[in-house]
Amino acid sequence: MSSQTTKSLYWQGVRDGAPFVLVVVPFSLLFGVVGTEAGLALSEVMGFSVLVIAGAAQFTAVQLLSDGAPALVALVSALAVNLRMAMYSASLTPYLGAAPLWQRAIAAYFMVDQSYTVSYFAYESHPRWSVPERMSYYFGVVTPICPLWYLFTLLGALIGDTIPEAFALDFALPITFLAMIGPMLRTPAHVAAALVSVAVALLAAGLPYNLGLLVAGLAGMMTGAQVEVMLERRKAARQP
Amino acid sequence: MIEGRELWLFIAALGIGTFGLRFVFLGLVGDRPMPAWLLRHLRYTAVALIPALVAPLTLWPAATGGAPDPARLIAAGVTLVIGFATRNVVLAIASGALTLFGGLALLG
Repeated sequence: MSSQTTKSLYWQGVRDGAPFVLVVVPFSLLFGVVGTEAGLALSEVMGFSVLVIAGAAQFTAVQLLSDGAPALVALVSALAVNLRMAMYSASLTPYLGAAPLWQRAIAAYFMVDQSYTVSYFAYESHPRWSVPERMSYYFGVVTPICPLWYLFTLLGALIGDTIPEAFALDFALPITFLAMIGPMLRTPAHVAAALVSVAVALLAAGLPYNLGLLVAGLAGMMTGAQVEVMLERRKAARQP
Repeated sequence: MIEGRELWLFIAALGIGTFGLRFVFLGLVGDRPMPAWLLRHLRYTAVALIPALVAPLTLWPAATGGAPDPARLIAAGVTLVIGFATRNVVLAIASGALTLFGGLALLG
């Protein structure tokens, strides 16, 4: 493949990632504000956003630590929230696994909900892309997202609690994730997976250490896989 | 709340652990083929985990001390429906945010 197509795919990735600026800006701003209000120093807030670069886990950690939870409990809970990253990693591997190790390491560092969702969707839709083309697209998606994650964490930490409560920034995370769910419901199997995961998550919300999230996620994945197999069997039975 | 060196150790441990989770398959498994049943389950990762993450936050928001809040519930519903109907994430977020501000202004 010529460098021309990898270059244009990089820019296509930038364009596809750009809308998520609207997601990342309020979310990282909120983390900066919440972290500062919890008593973290500016350098510590930035330490979270640069070293961890995973919003939901950062919020979980700061929430638990400021509630006075033991550090180990906070660490295990935040890592549990991030277990989905291992599943993202596995599902990107068939597409990016043949790339050089250093590229895979950098891609792993930048693996967030948005870069995974956007890239995986594109790889599914364009099975003919070569591995370098997929990598260029991936880093294109990351370009408008991750630098703003650092920048707006910094801004949030600096402005701290001067943001009026009327902005209801607490709901930026749910709105963002809810908006991402709709387009994911592509097949009956996807809908079944989402419904089961919501039901189990609500029933298992009382489980300690965020285990409810993991149990619900696994239940949803198993449901999706089972429904997919059932639908394929039914389709095969209908065709003589 | 832990602080100082202890907090930095915590942040470093969380950073290393998170990178490990992101790297485990992509870095260590590489392009070795993976079984079909595993791939079939992984297809539903996002659609299983994100609703599970968001459902308790929507129903029991921390900002109201965990009490269900009409303005937030309506905004959540609008976001989901617009996202499903238009497949446009940004439009869904904008609709949800506007509904939330409107709802909070009207319902308090």
